[in-house]
Amino acid sequence: MAKELWKGNEAIAEAAIKSGCRFFFGYPITPQNEIPEYMSLRMPQEGGCFLQAESEVAAINMVYGAAGSGARVMTSSSSPGISLKQEGISYIAGAELPCVIVNIVRGGPGLGGIQPAQSDYYQACKGGGHGDYRLVVLAPSSVQEAVDLTQEAFDIADQYRMPVMIMGDGMIGQMMEPVEFREVAKRQLPDKEWATTGTKGKRKANVINSLFIDPAECEKHNNKLFAKYDEITKNEMRVEEYKLEGAEIVFVAYGTTARIVKNAINTLEKEGIKAGLIRPITLWPFPYASIEAAAEKANVKAFLTVEMSMGQMVDDVKIAASGKKPVHFYGRTGGMVPTPAAIVEQVKKILGGVK
Amino acid sequence: MTSVLVFDSKVLILDKDGFMFNEKRIRIITGHYGSGKTEFAVNYTLGLADKGVKTAIVDLDIVNPYFRSRELEPVFNEKGIRVISSSIKGLAGDLPALSPEVYTVFHDKSYQAVFDVGGDKVGATALGRYHEYLDNEPYDMLFVLNANRRQTKDVEGAVKYLKSIEEGSRQKVTALVNNTHLCGETTIDDIIRGQELCEKAAKELGIPVKYIVVEKRFADMLPKEMEGEVFPIDIYMKRPWEDEA
Repeated sequence: MAKELWKGNEAIAEAAIKSGCRFFFGYPITPQNEIPEYMSLRMPQEGGCFLQAESEVAAINMVYGAAGSGARVMTSSSSPGISLKQEGISYIAGAELPCVIVNIVRGGPGLGGIQPAQSDYYQACKGGGHGDYRLVVLAPSSVQEAVDLTQEAFDIADQYRMPVMIMGDGMIGQMMEPVEFREVAKRQLPDKEWATTGTKGKRKANVINSLFIDPAECEKHNNKLFAKYDEITKNEMRVEEYKLEGAEIVFVAYGTTARIVKNAINTLEKEGIKAGLIRPITLWPFPYASIEAAAEKANVKAFLTVEMSMGQMVDDVKIAASGKKPVHFYGRTGGMVPTPAAIVEQVKKILGGVK
Repeated sequence: MTSVLVFDSKVLILDKDGFMFNEKRIRIITGHYGSGKTEFAVNYTLGLADKGVKTAIVDLDIVNPYFRSRELEPVFNEKGIRVISSSIKGLAGDLPALSPEVYTVFHDKSYQAVFDVGGDKVGATALGRYHEYLDNEPYDMLFVLNANRRQTKDVEGAVKYLKSIEEGSRQKVTALVNNTHLCGETTIDDIIRGQELCEKAAKELGIPVKYIVVEKRFADMLPKEMEGEVFPIDIYMKRPWEDEA
C-alpha cells in the first residue's frame, strides 16, 4: 500500500479499527482529540460503536464492560484524563480484561498545559492505580511506529488478557508523518472462553470480577497475574539500539525525545565524540538487559537519560547500570522540549568531568 | 524590479515571477488540517512582505493545538509583519479566543492580510464570525489540497471537504492550491498526482488551480503543462529533531 500523510492521533485510531477494534469510549481532552473525533466518523462506517461518555471515569468503565464481553475495545485520553481512569484501569487489570488505552501525554502536574511531555512514566509503569498490577506500556517514536504498535497492542492484550497502554507524547498525536498500514505478524491467540457472551443455557455463567472475599484466594490471583507478567517480560520486551558500537556515552531516551537525541548523536559524531542510544520501545517491560550489557563495556564512560520529565526513568536506568557506570540526567518539562544543541552541551560537560 | 498597483481593493504585485501574490487584499488560506496549509500560509505571508507591502497574518486556527503559524511570530516580526492571533498570550492555549485586533485588517485597508484558518468545518466557523465584512469586500479564499490525505485523496472527498469548510466559514473558495507532499519523502509523482486531482476538482467546482506548492528542490523538475503557478517554499514548521544541533 502506498504511503499517505497521517496525523498521529488519526493514525492510531485507524490502526485500532484495522485491528478489529469496534468499540471506542472516550472524552475530549487536548492533545488527543483527533482520536475520538476520527472514531466518531469511522466507527459507524464499520458497524462499530463510538460513544462520548460523560466523563473519563464513565469511559473506562464502559471499556471494562465491552472487554468483559470479549470485544476489542479502546479508550484514549491525555494525562489528567488518564489520572481519572486509574481506578478503572486497576479493576480491568484485576479482572484480567484485554483492552488498549492510549495516553497522549501533556505537561503536568494538575491541568499543566497542552504541550508535549513524558511525565506520566511513573503513572504508566509504576502503578497508576491501586494494587499489584502491571500494564504493558508501548512508547512509539514516530507515527508509523504508533500505527504498528497500536495494531500489535490488541494482540498483546488478547494474548495475555491484560490492558496495554500506548504512551506517546503530545507530538506523536499532533504531528503529520508518512504512514503505511501494514499487516502485523499473526499470533496464536487463545479463545475468549471467559467472556460474558451469554450461556444459551449450555454452560455455567462467566463472571467478570476483581473482588475476592478470601484473602488467600486474592493472593493466589495476584501470583497468577505475576506469573503472567514474568512471561511478558521474557517475550515482549522491545528496545532499539543505535550506534552503540564504541560509544563513550550512551543515551537512554524514548518516544520523540529519542529522535532529538539521534540528531545530537550525529552532531557529536561530526565533532569526534562517539555516542549511542538505547531506546526502550516497551517502557514496561523495561529493557534492563540492554543497559546492563552497555554498562559492562569498557568504552562506555557514562549514561545520559534524556526525558521530557524530571527524571522519572532515571531509577530504571540506575537499576540496570547497577553502579557500574554513572547515570546522568537531562530533561525539560511542563511542555518544553529538549533541543539537540542543549543535549550536545550536556555530553561535553559529562565527558569533561569523567576522568 | 517590483511594482505594486492598487486598483479597487485588488493588488497587483508584478515581478519577474509573473502574477504571484496577485490576490485580493484579503486572502484566506484554508484546507484540511495536515494538508500543509499553515506551511503555505507562512511562506505566502513572508513572500508577500518581501514585495514591500504592509502585511499582516491573522492566525484564526482555533482547532490545532500544535504547529500553528503564530509560533513563527519572531520570524514575522523580523520582516515587519503584524501577527494577529489569540487574545490569550502564550503558545500553549487551546482556547477559542479571537482577538478584537482581527478587526484591524478589515478597517485599515492599507494592510495586505493573510488569514490562516483552522482546517475543518468547526475551525472554519471562526472565519464565519467576520462574514459581515467579507460580504462587503471581495476576497480570495485559497483551498489547500494534499492528495496524500485520505479524506481528500479523490475528487469526491476533496469537494466534500471543501464544501464543509465553505459551510462552516460562510464563504466561497475562489481557487485551489496543490500542496501534495509526503513531508520529507515527497516525490515528483506525488506532486503530479496531486495536480491531476486539483485540476479535476477545480473543473468540477468551476474555479482555477492557482498555485502548485513545492519544496525548492522540485521547482525546476515539474512538467510544463500544469494549471497554476509554481510556488517554491522553504520549510519553516520544523520539528525539534529537524533543528541543527
